[in-house]
Amino acid sequence: MSDTMLILFSGVLGLLVVASGVGFALGRRVRTPAGRATVDNLNARIKAWWLMVAVFALATTLGSTVTLMLFALTSFYCLREFLSITPTRAADHNAVAAAFYVFIPLQYWLIADDWKTLFSILIPVWAFLLLPVLSVLRGETADFLARTARIQWALMLAVYCISHAPALLLLEIEGFEENFLLLFFLIAIVQLSDVLQYVFGKLFGKRKVAPRVSPAKTWEGLLGGGISATLIGAGLWWITPFQPGQAAALAGAIVIAGFAGGLVLSAVKRSLGAKDWGTMIEGHGGVLDRMDSVSFAAPVFYHLTNYYFAA
Amino acid sequence: MLATLVGELLYGVTRFLVGGHSIWRGSQPEARQRIYFANHASHLDTMVVMAALPPRLRATTHPVAAADYWGRGSLRRFIALKVLRATLVERGGSEDPLAPLRATLESGESLVIFPEGTRRNESRPGNFKSGLYWLARDRPELELVPVYLSNLARAFPKGALIPVPITCVAHFGEPLQVEEGEEKDAFLARAHAAVCALAPQELADE
Repeated sequence: MSDTMLILFSGVLGLLVVASGVGFALGRRVRTPAGRATVDNLNARIKAWWLMVAVFALATTLGSTVTLMLFALTSFYCLREFLSITPTRAADHNAVAAAFYVFIPLQYWLIADDWKTLFSILIPVWAFLLLPVLSVLRGETADFLARTARIQWALMLAVYCISHAPALLLLEIEGFEENFLLLFFLIAIVQLSDVLQYVFGKLFGKRKVAPRVSPAKTWEGLLGGGISATLIGAGLWWITPFQPGQAAALAGAIVIAGFAGGLVLSAVKRSLGAKDWGTMIEGHGGVLDRMDSVSFAAPVFYHLTNYYFAA
Repeated sequence: MLATLVGELLYGVTRFLVGGHSIWRGSQPEARQRIYFANHASHLDTMVVMAALPPRLRATTHPVAAADYWGRGSLRRFIALKVLRATLVERGGSEDPLAPLRATLESGESLVIFPEGTRRNESRPGNFKSGLYWLARDRPELELVPVYLSNLARAFPKGALIPVPITCVAHFGEPLQVEEGEEKDAFLARAHAAVCALAPQELADE
């Protein structure tokens, strides 16, 4: 781990210690049952954060192969969660099997192999064409378009979009060596934006952004959390190849894309009749509940950085 | 020793692929003598029920498996008899097919049975065979725990070569008993309804 990474993770460690302290203090003060439920959930979330940060820190320390494996595993769990509450049929079995057993490993292998062109088209072109073929061979026409679209959506979001986060390691930027810092920048801004929107929403939230889609999202939370996360992004310019103003603009883009991802995936989840994607991360729900904003922010940040900064 | 290792490996792979956690409603994972009866949709069903039981219950619970499939070949026999410690039953044989099940119950241990007798390619369970009734009537002190396995028909449909990772859950329900003078068909219908009642929305949608 480089000195910069060490400083960054020490900072994150400090944040977690403060958060745990606040959670503990709130736990001693709260009296009402509703408040108790909120604080218990908050403390479960903080506990899960410790684990997630530890896993992320360990993977980045161990290098790019392990980091890619971590993101491949994350994609695996997100795809599993998505397809578990999506009504697929027995006739989709081969398409679903190809999504899991062929396209997850292949997509991440292409990153490891530094094969950028195929990485960009594997799923939007090859999987897009292959999956409906695998389904149609089974001869079941009922609901065909919807069934195919569901699997394609799941694969695009859970694998293609999320894989753009570790793909940041591939970008070649003049005078900038440590691409792990770009990955750290993306993940830190997305997650801080989510957390700060939650905190601002709980403290000041009144006007709901989209009450039917996601009742917890408020304008106060979005603006307060989004602006704070953007400022933090600007303050982190020294770890990136960007100027402070550029870092703020990119952090702003990450915040907006992340918010959009959270909103869209919340609508998808509700259309499927679920409140959470899963139960794997206590307090948060499923893995996809934590990765929804990353799935939208990662490709946006990857392409903006690639277009404006990469050689 | 080898069987324990292989067992941990198989349960680990099962959890990684299909989750297989348990939800208990109306009963608790207690060490009582029971017959767990579940819907049957895939070859993974036995693994999922066993993986969903806490290890201390797993140690005294035997899944019932068809001898014509699990009794053949040394690997299958090893997995069925040593790893899962299954009670093998002959399908369509001439002698009493319930004899091996009665012997297991005689020893004070629990059973997992699939009263449909065969796998179905949909989430709604088919009609139950009468074995459950005869076992329950002979030993009224047993707890009959209904189990609904969700999503298994999607994770590993009949005819598929390999399972896909779709999260499956084992729902354990409130124990039943055969009531005084209850007829076979009435009891089997009640048992069937108890399994269906545990299904999350998926049955309501069809």
